[in-house]
Amino acid sequence: MSETLRRSMLFVPGSNAAMLSTSFIYEADAIMFDLEDSVSLREKDTARMLVYNALQHPLYKNIETVVRVNALESEFGRSDVMAMVKAGVDVIRLPKTDSLQDVINMEMMIEQAEMEFGRDLGSTKMLAAIESAMGINNAVAIAHGSKRLIGIALGAEDYVRDLRTQRTPEGTELLFARCSILQAARSAGIMAFDTVYSDSGNEAGFLKEARHIHNLGFDGKSLINPRQIELLHNVFAPSEEEVEHALAVIEVAEHAERQGSGVVSLNGKMVDAPIIERAKWTLERAKSGIKR
Amino acid sequence: MKNINLELLERHQLEPYTGPHRLTPHLIHSENKKQRKLFRTLESAIENSGLTDGMTISFHHSFRGGDKTINMVMDVLAEMGFKQLTLASSSLSDVHSPLVGHIKNGVVKKIYTSGLRGELAEEISRGLMEEPIHIHSHGGRVHLVESGELNIDVAFLAVSTSDEFGNANAVSGRARCGSLGYAKIDAQYAKHTILLTEQIVEFPNQPASIAQDDVDGIVEVASVGDASKIGGGATRMTNNPRELLIARRAADVIEQSGYFYDGFSMQTGSGGASLAVTRFLEEKMQRNGIKASFALGGITSTMVDLHEKGFIQNLLDVQSFDAVAAESMARNPGHIEISANQYANPASKGAAVEKLDVVILSALEIDTDFNVNVITGSDGVIRGASGGHSDTAASANLTIIVAPLVRGRIPTVVNSVLNIVTVGSQIDVLVTDHGIAVNPNRPEIAERLSKSALPIMTIEELQRRAEMLTGELQPIRYQENVVGIIRYRDGSVIDVIKQVKE
Amino acid sequence: MEILQRSYAGTLESSDLLVEVSPAPGRSIEVEITSSVEKQFEPAIRNVIMSTLDQMGVSAIRISINDKGALDCVIRARVQAAVMRAAKGVHCHQLVWGAI
Repeated sequence: MSETLRRSMLFVPGSNAAMLSTSFIYEADAIMFDLEDSVSLREKDTARMLVYNALQHPLYKNIETVVRVNALESEFGRSDVMAMVKAGVDVIRLPKTDSLQDVINMEMMIEQAEMEFGRDLGSTKMLAAIESAMGINNAVAIAHGSKRLIGIALGAEDYVRDLRTQRTPEGTELLFARCSILQAARSAGIMAFDTVYSDSGNEAGFLKEARHIHNLGFDGKSLINPRQIELLHNVFAPSEEEVEHALAVIEVAEHAERQGSGVVSLNGKMVDAPIIERAKWTLERAKSGIKR
Repeated sequence: MKNINLELLERHQLEPYTGPHRLTPHLIHSENKKQRKLFRTLESAIENSGLTDGMTISFHHSFRGGDKTINMVMDVLAEMGFKQLTLASSSLSDVHSPLVGHIKNGVVKKIYTSGLRGELAEEISRGLMEEPIHIHSHGGRVHLVESGELNIDVAFLAVSTSDEFGNANAVSGRARCGSLGYAKIDAQYAKHTILLTEQIVEFPNQPASIAQDDVDGIVEVASVGDASKIGGGATRMTNNPRELLIARRAADVIEQSGYFYDGFSMQTGSGGASLAVTRFLEEKMQRNGIKASFALGGITSTMVDLHEKGFIQNLLDVQSFDAVAAESMARNPGHIEISANQYANPASKGAAVEKLDVVILSALEIDTDFNVNVITGSDGVIRGASGGHSDTAASANLTIIVAPLVRGRIPTVVNSVLNIVTVGSQIDVLVTDHGIAVNPNRPEIAERLSKSALPIMTIEELQRRAEMLTGELQPIRYQENVVGIIRYRDGSVIDVIKQVKE
Repeated sequence: MEILQRSYAGTLESSDLLVEVSPAPGRSIEVEITSSVEKQFEPAIRNVIMSTLDQMGVSAIRISINDKGALDCVIRARVQAAVMRAAKGVHCHQLVWGAI
């Protein structure tokens, strides 16, 4: 299991100077600057420069940065990748990943840029967004497609259009896609991310969707409204009981280690490595708050 | 006794009876009795008031950005040819830019106010007036009036309803601005009080925020103010995520401060982040089983909501910040109107601010000594108000400033404020979107907060962060001319505002 | 880098700036600044513009900005974008990524 918390990914349109100048105050686990669908064709070049400069600002150094670039097939993708790698972005998000080849092409592009600009090879990670039926069908291959991949994500708007249906509050139309992404991600040992909840004022609706995807097993979700960050973290937060249990697990594990005994047990149940891992993970999540 | 010894009267310095209506000539003709205070036009009311050039006139600002009275009265005074008047409004806003013309034409010579905005503020900052204006706090104004420095000759007070005798309020009728807390002082102390009302109602009008025995004249006018504009600008409820983040942090600070106990009292100043703090306190109050004994000051719809839910026992209202608050004052017996003297006068026998546990205020600038500037922007131009800032800061147990670390490219936290309204020793905690700083003179608060998960840093660190974001501020260049004098609540001069160099 | 045509980049929104670039008749750098935070930051803004132009190897340009309180990184971004739009040269992009 990964050590980095990526529950919340705050979406910031790369063309909005004011938002780029203030988004570092929000305590999301990651910030995602967008150069793709939220930026008009005429502003692709200016948005690229805004994000290129923002990434180098000291206040963005302490938070994981992600940039959604334009597809490599477009006239903008290549320059986007060059600029973002040079600027030191942490993760490049590929839009509309339909097949393994998309992942391979992007990795090659990133590697080229890393070499050109003197960045450590492999230091730029990838996140593949799947937004079509074909992409869902190829999810397993995509998830295994590169060691740089930290996870795969669902892009619901385009996917639902591809399926020729609409989004509903219940989300049944997304169930197969969500499960496919989870399966594929877990089989490759990477994270699974859910899509944006676009009705930004609807707190109840957001919470319902957040609880649903948390129960399914998703690691995180893209957000468009900073207010959603705290709501999401609270959904993902362990309860008091879970935290107490985790503390107890760690305690017996440490005790056993000090004694030099191999077998650890708590309340008559065996506590092995995965359980200890999970306990540490719970305590990590609890750092940003326990479920209220 | 028919024969009274005149010598006896002289010895005791008394006067003999001369007739039943020496003091009450208006009672001689009973047809005039009921109407004696009613004037058909503002002009006739003014003529009757004995106002002459050089006198002091006053207004209240309970209609905030919806006020129509000051401009209307000033236009009439200008037309009637009055000159060199001292204008003492409890505050002024950007709708009062027509005053620029009246100043240029010599109608207004001197101004006392809590605050200025817009074109009027800019022009005065640029040296429009020969005499510097006086900036006072809300409590400080009462002291100036009581001490005689602000000697109000004629008060022009806007109300929504009045009866023919002068019993008036702003909770009935159309232009309902709620509390007339500031106006009460003027009505009490002015030599002559004229009410401007949208509606004359039957005698006796109740409740009487202003009472019959303080009123000289009443004029019915078409409109005194737009009540829908009270709850806008600085008194609107915010949706801005940054302001909400700051508000939530401030609520967390209150919770951990040691001043959040059953029966605590609070006040929030104007400004999106301050007002939003109340919203976040509700959940904490519910979770901890805590009720507030009262909320003070500018009363908002959020406070009314908490009052009606039983979380806040009483609302002490010197100014209603929105229509809901105005309605509530009419309806809820626990929502009490108080005068500016009962609110914040430092020389008052009982000012409610003294009973405050927590106050949340804003700032245009705050420096590394925690001094606060709420009157001028970083360009040296007047654009704010002293208001209740220094009154509450001096009195409350815990004074919290909420502000974004930078506003666009303008840093809020600076090395030294351009003008001081509230001195740093009275400020306890600064809450920004980048972190929280506690005044070193409150180590016990710093201790309590350090045990929480809140991001605490020194104010110097915050200032450095602000500078890192904005770059280094160039010092503002001033001329020698003083355009404004900032009066502390006790009347003393705490700072002056100089004219900016263009 | 050679400025070949007039170009614009940015907006007049708060915290942003509008940059107008055109070829300089006088083979020199002409900078005109209008800013909502002029009194506080005019020299700092001028510095950022000049250093950005220098970094991009621009020695002749007429540039005018209308600033609404943008941070340095935004000023840099808008100046870079406007210059790149105006310098529609063949090897523009390679030059840029090498220089900035």
